[in-house]
Amino acid sequence: MSGIEPLKVQQPALYEGRRGVYPKAVDGFFRRMKWVIMAVTLAIYYITPWIRWDRGQYAPDQAVLVDLANRRFYMFQIEIWPHEFYYVVGLLIMAGIGLFLVTSAVGRAWCGYACPQTVWTDLFQHVERFIDGDRNAQIRLEKASWGVEKISKRLTKWAAWLFIAFWTGGAWIMYFADAPTLVREFWSGEAATVAYATVGILTATTFIFGGFMREQVCIYMCPWPRIQTAMMDEKSLLVTYKDWRGEQRGSLKQAQANPQAFGDCIDCNQCVAVCPTGIDIREGPQIGCITCALCIDACDKVMAQIGKPRGLIDYCTLDDAVAVKSGRQANPPLKTLFRPRTIVYFGIWASIGLAMLFTLGQRTRLDLSVQPDRNPVYVRLSDGAIRNNFTLKIRNMETRPRIVDVTINGLSGAVMWTADGKREFAKQSVNFAVAPDAVHKVRLFIAAPPEGEERTEFRITTRARSGDERGDSDTVIFERPETEE
Amino acid sequence: MSDKKRIDQPTGTETVGHEWDGIEELDTPMPRWWVISFWACIVWGIGYLILYPAIPMANSATRGVLNWTSRGELDAEMKAETLRRAPITSALASIPVEQLAGNERLYQAAVEGGRAAFKVHCVQCHGSGAAGSKGYPNLNDDDWLWGGDLNAIHVTLTHGIRQPDHDETRFSQMPAFAGVLSTGEIDAVTSYVRSLSGLEKASANTAAGATIFGNNCASCHGADGKGMREFGAPNLTDGIWLYGGDKATLTATVNQARYGVMPRWNNRLDPVTIKMLAAYVHSLGGGEEAPAPVTAPVAVSGTSPAKVATNVGN
Ligand code: SF4
Ligand code: SF4
Repeated sequence: MSGIEPLKVQQPALYEGRRGVYPKAVDGFFRRMKWVIMAVTLAIYYITPWIRWDRGQYAPDQAVLVDLANRRFYMFQIEIWPHEFYYVVGLLIMAGIGLFLVTSAVGRAWCGYACPQTVWTDLFQHVERFIDGDRNAQIRLEKASWGVEKISKRLTKWAAWLFIAFWTGGAWIMYFADAPTLVREFWSGEAATVAYATVGILTATTFIFGGFMREQVCIYMCPWPRIQTAMMDEKSLLVTYKDWRGEQRGSLKQAQANPQAFGDCIDCNQCVAVCPTGIDIREGPQIGCITCALCIDACDKVMAQIGKPRGLIDYCTLDDAVAVKSGRQANPPLKTLFRPRTIVYFGIWASIGLAMLFTLGQRTRLDLSVQPDRNPVYVRLSDGAIRNNFTLKIRNMETRPRIVDVTINGLSGAVMWTADGKREFAKQSVNFAVAPDAVHKVRLFIAAPPEGEERTEFRITTRARSGDERGDSDTVIFERPETEE
Repeated sequence: MSDKKRIDQPTGTETVGHEWDGIEELDTPMPRWWVISFWACIVWGIGYLILYPAIPMANSATRGVLNWTSRGELDAEMKAETLRRAPITSALASIPVEQLAGNERLYQAAVEGGRAAFKVHCVQCHGSGAAGSKGYPNLNDDDWLWGGDLNAIHVTLTHGIRQPDHDETRFSQMPAFAGVLSTGEIDAVTSYVRSLSGLEKASANTAAGATIFGNNCASCHGADGKGMREFGAPNLTDGIWLYGGDKATLTATVNQARYGVMPRWNNRLDPVTIKMLAAYVHSLGGGEEAPAPVTAPVAVSGTSPAKVATNVGN
């Protein structure tokens, strides 16, 4: 399980059980960074749905809310309607390109620090250490027979894990409904079945992935390592064992006896002991390494104890490794970070972000879409005039009721009326009271004199009487019969 | 082949013994969770096999313990749907059709139901957009032969037009004037009728036609030619022609007369569907309000095409 003992191979088993990984606690720069990132990401996840945000009486006051039932997405002062889903697409593209950027610069930093799988596994491992003790105690307990101590410790641990897992699943659904209401409904049994099912599933996945499958998720199930491998190049920072400095490895005793023959690695196996995926980084870069950098912390501590400079295991690019091995200077870190590839990624990422901010600032909160009747395209009225029918959808995307005027321009002699109006009282503009945050669908009849082109372009314009007065307009066609008798 | 099995050095895993151009396959064992999912799928599959129709036989498939069929599922869905609609259906059944327009919610429900029923029963003649064609009225416009308020449309739908087997059907009969009037007289009267809507200029011929019209046609079409709805006699002064307003078609109409028919639906559809159809047709743009009880039905718009501009400008 540790080290690279040669495997005795007989007939391979039909399946392979998970080899236990019992990472040792470690302290150091990267461990502290992981603490901070863990605290921040968990806090964001658990607390966000509870932040309130006043939007007036017609909209929910939850800062971040994915309101699937009413098809709205709220994020602080931004409200997104389904037809504006491109903002979400934009965000996802930004997230994707952001990962490209991070990966090409600092390798699998996402895996090592921010991925939920890593964060929750880390959390579960701390709980495990708290209950079972550190690495050696854990191994001992695993080997021990099922006595009172083992059973009670296991039950405590699983209970603690289940509690966290349940809390995690529970927090997820809070993003999809008003959190305080949902909590009340959840406990009084009134919440929707899908809420219980979601919590159940997420509790199970958190419990199993974080408690038992851990690194197996990363190694077998997750597509990210494969994709990231393709995005890294020889200039990406990787957690690297500097074999040119460490080899020939030998125990401290051997090394002290014969300093010329041995490198800095004293083969203490500390880097393996702390590794959350149970691998040996000294074998070289490998898919099992999530670059959590804990082995750097472990190794630095050892180097300090034996009075050698830190960084036998360190972030290093393949290029630098080659350069240093052949006696050249490593590139300065800034040059490694700011190279054409990362700059292009950043450029794309930033321009999508800026473009989205710009369009967000420009968007109007009143939207019109007009659909002409296709069958029939026109109707001849008894007085000879021609009528076209349209279906208007007016979206009032502000969270208050508004009066909206609809006018027509560019169609001479035209008048309009609605389904509940009458042609006798037709005018050149009509108005509607549109409910807050709602779509008003209305059928509009427009009549014009028969004289005129077969297809006349004209505009239908909406404008709200209050608030943001920018409106929206649509160019549509007025159709007349092809031939006059 | 199997004798070529060997231990792969760097990984320590046995190979399966095949080799293609120097490429060998390792016999890496499956992870346990994978194997568990694999067996779980098989168990699920067996369960499915027992519960649901699965194995094809000569005429059908095995039935499965649950007795599930897609037909049965559809049936259950339809029943549930009928049940869901029951409140609306019963409300529609009890409301008198002329009051439907006053009940916004019911009216809208009826329009939507009528839209669906129309697509099944009416499109064959009136077209899927209800725009009609020669001899089949356009239901979108504001010209009605037998009346365009909810009640009138409902009567037409219920009893049909010129149904010989039914007493309450809409009925009228225009005489065929071939042989009754001379060719010259028919020419004069068609010219006069065309002049009513501005298709022809006034002339000596139309003046002669006016007299013939007064003697033969005014009893049904009215002295002013604006038609009479109790006979389904069309308004001849407007811009809408059921069969065509050109000279030839009009001459044919006067010569042989027209007898458009429409099925009565009271023996084919339930009363609620007929009400819904009435609401739908009424909603298409030409629907009229119920006439005040005393006044005789009057054509809505007598405006001649020349007056459109002023009508439209205000
Ligand atoms: S391999 Fe996948 S699951 Fe594991 S840390 Fe990376 S992204 Fe997360
Ligand atoms: S080898 Fe080092 S960096 Fe990689 S996963 Fe293990 S401890 Fe983390």
